[in-house]
Amino acid sequence: MSESALIEVDRVEKVFDVRRRTGFLRRELRRVRAVDEISFRVARGEMVGYIGPNGAGKSTTIKMLTGILTPSGGRLRVAGFDPARERTRLAHRIGVVFGQRTTLWWDLPLIDSYRLMHRMYRIPDGRYRENLDRLVELLDLSALLEVPVRQLSLGQRMRGDIVAALLHDPEVLYLDEPTIGLDVVSKARVREFLRELNAERGTTVLLTTHDLQDIEQLCSRVMVIDHGRLVYDGALAGLHEAGESERTLVVDLEREFPPIEAGEAARVVKVEGPRQWLAFPASASAAPLVAHIAERYPLVDLSVREPDIEAVIAKMLYAPGGSGEGLPERQAVVPGAGNS
Amino acid sequence: MGSARLYAVVAVGSFRRYATYRVATAAGVFTNTVFGLILVYTYLALWDERPHLGGYDQSQAVTYVWLGQALFATLAIQGGGFETDLIERIRSGDVAVDLYRPADLQAWWLAVDVGRAVFQLVGRGVIPFVFGALFFPTALPRDPALWSAFLVAVALAMAVSYGIRFLVALTGFWTLDGTGALQALVVTGMFCSGMALPLNAFPQPLGEIMAALPWAALLQMPADVLMGVVDPWSAFAFQAVWAVVLLVLGRAVQRAATRRVVVQGG
Repeated sequence: MSESALIEVDRVEKVFDVRRRTGFLRRELRRVRAVDEISFRVARGEMVGYIGPNGAGKSTTIKMLTGILTPSGGRLRVAGFDPARERTRLAHRIGVVFGQRTTLWWDLPLIDSYRLMHRMYRIPDGRYRENLDRLVELLDLSALLEVPVRQLSLGQRMRGDIVAALLHDPEVLYLDEPTIGLDVVSKARVREFLRELNAERGTTVLLTTHDLQDIEQLCSRVMVIDHGRLVYDGALAGLHEAGESERTLVVDLEREFPPIEAGEAARVVKVEGPRQWLAFPASASAAPLVAHIAERYPLVDLSVREPDIEAVIAKMLYAPGGSGEGLPERQAVVPGAGNS
Repeated sequence: MGSARLYAVVAVGSFRRYATYRVATAAGVFTNTVFGLILVYTYLALWDERPHLGGYDQSQAVTYVWLGQALFATLAIQGGGFETDLIERIRSGDVAVDLYRPADLQAWWLAVDVGRAVFQLVGRGVIPFVFGALFFPTALPRDPALWSAFLVAVALAMAVSYGIRFLVALTGFWTLDGTGALQALVVTGMFCSGMALPLNAFPQPLGEIMAALPWAALLQMPADVLMGVVDPWSAFAFQAVWAVVLLVLGRAVQRAATRRVVVQGG
């Protein structure tokens, strides 16, 4: 098991001391647990989504995994390295894309940044050429190689950054908000590329995002972090159960009816003329419900809507008895650390 | 070997980056020429009143002015080099990107600054200097050995300048906003490097104190080497000692700064 685990995180924590001015000269020292005893393993070739609200500890975790933050406690291994101690050696094995930052040279043509990567990661000439040609073609950047980075659109720049992170064939790719601010077409292109990368090259991908479609379309496994603690780690489908989510059955009847009687199986949440919306547990099958309605009502058309994963997570985190205590105080939890 | 090639690529990229700012370069050439004119007429008036002030005759004083204008941008005497970028990256947190790269921060930015300096020597230095040499009586040597020694002194001055500015930029890791440090750089650069008045023209003991500070390595030393008023080897030694001291100090502070980031977070 441990040979196949590329990322091992064992009871890792990160505590920040935050000094806050409370008076003219008085300062108050507060300890903030940005990451609180997190443990997980990621196997080679997995594609894992890492999600949670702002300030939950996502970026702090990623920074510890790249070695630019030292954990306050616990054990961390990436590709066999201790990231904080062996940062430079680890750097040759990982690729990082921070959606809100760029590694590219702002005023110079895109290709200049890639030449720099060639030297920085000491990529053999043949492999550099081969990787560059392949990546540039896959991400459709060949027409843009001579364009200065500052003239690129956000989507083009993001694709440019992804190429830069992959030229040295990293085993692990960390993506921090890779689709932030992108339009629908650019998002689709980035996701399609990541799917191929993972399927064909077996690159392990750890993805943090606020866009849950990224997760739905890419990751079979998802980890949810909140207040520095891992509150869920498992299949995407299981998240729905954990959040007690509901699916929605939309039925079009021949004419207007009073709300459909479906007993315990479902409840009507909305009626609009001949169309009615019924909510039922996501874990239940829709078939008996549909049969039940078709027997009693003149059914014209129907469709089933999957639950919005965002709603599922919100429900999981903030439902009474859930792990979250409410949104308002959250913003103040990790000043500077989580989002810097 | 491999890292030498990396830093060469960084320096060339930085050179090309500055080469793209054509309007800024033209504006800089114009500014340095105008400032040169203002200073030259001021100095001419001053040296009329006080001949041989600081041991310079009038033509040497004029030469000093145009050398100052030619080296002003190259040596980033009052700032304006890589340090503005680095401070901004520290403030915005982009420095995280620099830290996870398999490259050394100090060497990386030195390469960036060397690329910039070489561009600005050619792009911004030559025109004001030639202008000054054509229209004013200057004391320029014919001996090629002095010109070679001058170039060595400029290279060493570059290292000292980088050493000072690297330390200034690193303060950003503690203060987060480096504006104050940059302001201090402008003032010390103007005053202590002899940009306003040659250091040997200062009253004693102020002049002697300033001549011992690292800023004296920036403009005063290359100028005196070119005009043959100082023994080149003693000038080189003075510059080299300061360069080594500042760069070693920079390394130590860099270690403390990255430790701080690594342990305490941005």
